Amino acid sequence: MGKISLEVNGRKFEKEAPDNTLLSTFLREHLQLTGTHIGCDTSQCGACVVHVDGNSLKSCTALAADVNGSKVTTIEGLETNGKMHPMQEAFKKLHGLQCGFCTPGMVMSAVDLLQKNKKPSDTEIRDWLEGNICRCTGYQNIVAAVKEASTKM
Amino acid sequence: MASLVGSRVERKEDKRFLTGKGRYTADINLANQTYAIFVRSPHARASIKKLNIDKALKSSGVVSILTGKEIADDKIGGLIAGWAIRSEDGTEMKCPGNPPLAKDNVNFVGDPVAVVIAESLAEAKEAAEKVEVDYKVLKAVTSTADAMNGDTIHEGIDKNLCFDWLLGDRQKVKEAFDKADKVISIDIINNRLIPNAMEPRACVADYNAASEEITLYTTSQNPHLSRLIMSAFGNVAPEHKLRVVAPDVGGGFGSKINVYNEDIVCSWAAKKINRAIKWVAERSESFLTDIHGRDHVTHAELAVTKDGKFLGFKNETIANLGAYARVFGTVTPTYLFGPCATGVYEIPAAYTNVKAVYTNTAPVDAYRGAGRPEATYTIERLVEKASMELGIDKTELRIKNFPTAFPFKQTLVHTVDSGDYVAGMEKAKQMADYKGFEARRKESEAKGKLRGIGVTSYFEACGIAPSAAVMSLGCGVGLWESAEVRFNPTGQVTVYTGSHSHGQSHQTTFAQIAADELGVPIENIDIVHGDTDKGTFGMGTYGSRSLAVGGIAIVNACKKIVEKGKRVTAKMLEANPEDVEFKDGEFIVSKSNKKKTIGEVAFACYLPGVRDEMKSPLPEGDEPGLKETSFYDPSNFSFPAGTHIAEVEIDPETGHVKLEKYTACDDFGRIINPMVVEGQVHGGLAQGIGQALYENAEYDETGQLMTGSYMDYTMPRADNFPEFNIGYTCTHATTNPLGVKGCGEAGAIAAPPTVMNAVIDALGGQEVTMPATAEKVWKACKNLKKSNAKAA
Repeated sequence: MGKISLEVNGRKFEKEAPDNTLLSTFLREHLQLTGTHIGCDTSQCGACVVHVDGNSLKSCTALAADVNGSKVTTIEGLETNGKMHPMQEAFKKLHGLQCGFCTPGMVMSAVDLLQKNKKPSDTEIRDWLEGNICRCTGYQNIVAAVKEASTKM
Repeated sequence: MASLVGSRVERKEDKRFLTGKGRYTADINLANQTYAIFVRSPHARASIKKLNIDKALKSSGVVSILTGKEIADDKIGGLIAGWAIRSEDGTEMKCPGNPPLAKDNVNFVGDPVAVVIAESLAEAKEAAEKVEVDYKVLKAVTSTADAMNGDTIHEGIDKNLCFDWLLGDRQKVKEAFDKADKVISIDIINNRLIPNAMEPRACVADYNAASEEITLYTTSQNPHLSRLIMSAFGNVAPEHKLRVVAPDVGGGFGSKINVYNEDIVCSWAAKKINRAIKWVAERSESFLTDIHGRDHVTHAELAVTKDGKFLGFKNETIANLGAYARVFGTVTPTYLFGPCATGVYEIPAAYTNVKAVYTNTAPVDAYRGAGRPEATYTIERLVEKASMELGIDKTELRIKNFPTAFPFKQTLVHTVDSGDYVAGMEKAKQMADYKGFEARRKESEAKGKLRGIGVTSYFEACGIAPSAAVMSLGCGVGLWESAEVRFNPTGQVTVYTGSHSHGQSHQTTFAQIAADELGVPIENIDIVHGDTDKGTFGMGTYGSRSLAVGGIAIVNACKKIVEKGKRVTAKMLEANPEDVEFKDGEFIVSKSNKKKTIGEVAFACYLPGVRDEMKSPLPEGDEPGLKETSFYDPSNFSFPAGTHIAEVEIDPETGHVKLEKYTACDDFGRIINPMVVEGQVHGGLAQGIGQALYENAEYDETGQLMTGSYMDYTMPRADNFPEFNIGYTCTHATTNPLGVKGCGEAGAIAAPPTVMNAVIDALGGQEVTMPATAEKVWKACKNLKKSNAKAA
């Protein structure tokens, strides 16, 4: 057991957790932030992507202890004053989601892409999202949503 | 008021999904819950000599360990096949018992033998490691083609044969073949797939000792049906003491139709230990134990005249059921497959013979398209081959054999009510610039690349329903759907549907329908589903049936609301009910300025009292309140159809296939929400293209799944696809009042042959099996080089 201190979505948390607790588990089970999803056990699907100190990370690939002291943003922290982030808005407008399970990771990953590349091409978007699997949408409307968001951010 | 049906309405469900407020089963935590881990067979086929839980019971945090013995002692029933199929010789299909926890024999890797329940997940995992099972390993049967020659898996089921089924007339087919100028034949494999909904299966079971009620939260496409099966066959609890809730469900694609071992075991065990139990599959468990799809080996022949008229069709298929026959396991390779195998063509004589075999692999059941992708692949690969052998343009050959009039009495079972296949073909050709292909082929050649074009014309039978039809074909239940429309006193409407959304957008599209029917703003309409305590009953979502069956039930219930509203308005305004018209949310007495809004009428329905000058608005015979129910059972399936065209470019140096263009032109009848339909098409295409180019589930000869993770099973990614070019033609279905046809499976049905026809075209007609991986294609390219060199 060890103490984990994290600033998550602007709020400071300090919790005891077993040393082998994954960041994804810590968020879901210790902070009840269940918007971060677990879709696989091999760090392939990307449903668990969050931002750690501003960069996207598959939260199942890190121990909570590894990121101790960091600032974490999850899908729950993307709205400002109850207003959805332009990426969230674009996903809604262009039907970039169906069942919604991969969506939190997909959105968090896409937001990071636009932080690093303000006007990505379709190919760059598709390449960037290689680490996020969606089984519903065929990706087309996700790509369109990221493009749309890039004009709003 | 503008109609919402037909509009691109943004989804009501999106905000919660986009802000992390979805509530999936794994997100549910109950007070004082325990955690379950299943001990699973590591062997494909074995008998259980001894199972020892003594050490595991002493492990920290263990609450209970239950095995096949306890489940048998408690007379908990097994998992079932939902359709009874008869063999050609009239005998009933043969199904083995499938206990939720195996007691004597295990039959696939992942078959559960015990459940360990502990205070924490970590403790459950640790204790599960200490359960000792002594197996006598037996020789596994894993090959579809050879299953009938393998050791007998289930006692009393000779040749591992569940049934040997025939649809059609062998004699007529023989006569047709005798008259043929040419016979085109083909041997194909429909590769085994794993559905891979992104949300792994999960369940949380709770027992309330006061009400003696079990509540099961589970990842199901059909909670009411699950409750029925668990109650009637699982013997878990009587239906009124079992509540099944399928909250937000993260994709299904058929894999979440079945009641699974874990649902039954956790529900039963929760009552036994009088505590809540949570189980969430790890992805590796999903790979091993979710139902798989497809897995056919087929030999098919098409008899043709020299000018390209189709005379007869033969289809001999071996279908792999896996270790056990499950809910749609036996109907998928029969009635969902055989009737569609003659495609969109007038073929005077045809038969389909299916031998369904058991193997020591995960159960195979309905996966997006279920039988119809296999059927379409069979006929469309054959037709493409016929066009090559006859030297007739692939689109002309198809058009030549399209039905000329509707209703189209298809060769084997269906009467297709509406369609215009020629219009679909012409539009698809235009969209794909079919004429310009040869120029593009030359451009590719100039770059040293091979280019191919592939076409598929398909129809499918979906909106799976008509009880009279499906029950005559062996279905254990009628496949109607129910809806209940509650008009609340203060004007909002709650619609309960027995259908279920796990991505299909019911909350939006069903609200669009109800808004139009009732003239109520869409914001004031809520669609409720997924809970057996909320809503009457329902058969759930699969077979592209939600709209064409469930949606119509909503329309019908709304119409009953309007009818009552007319009677009430007439009473309130002292008019004849026949003179009251309903339009845009208002009841208007014709030839007068007297009217009432539907909100006023609804309110009045709840206030039938009499005081001073206030009179009851209720006509004699009408009860207070405003709530109507409909159980809708259509007269026929619905028959979407269309033509898809794909173009690929192959690099002969690497064998890499690049899908350059994909055009889909579909006829789904009337479209409720174009945005949602587009999404369904895209998703179906991605799964169909995945089957053609990437995905394959493979077992080794000992029955170990070689493709048991995302490192080994190729899930299509964003960079695997071009931008799809999609369009529609429209003929309304004549068998339902909305004129709608299903759209959820079309992409997965049409895409595999479309892409493979393009690949094989590029390879000069050489057969390649799905998925067309770089290795296979590279080898074919080398052969092509050799044969070209010889020809030169």
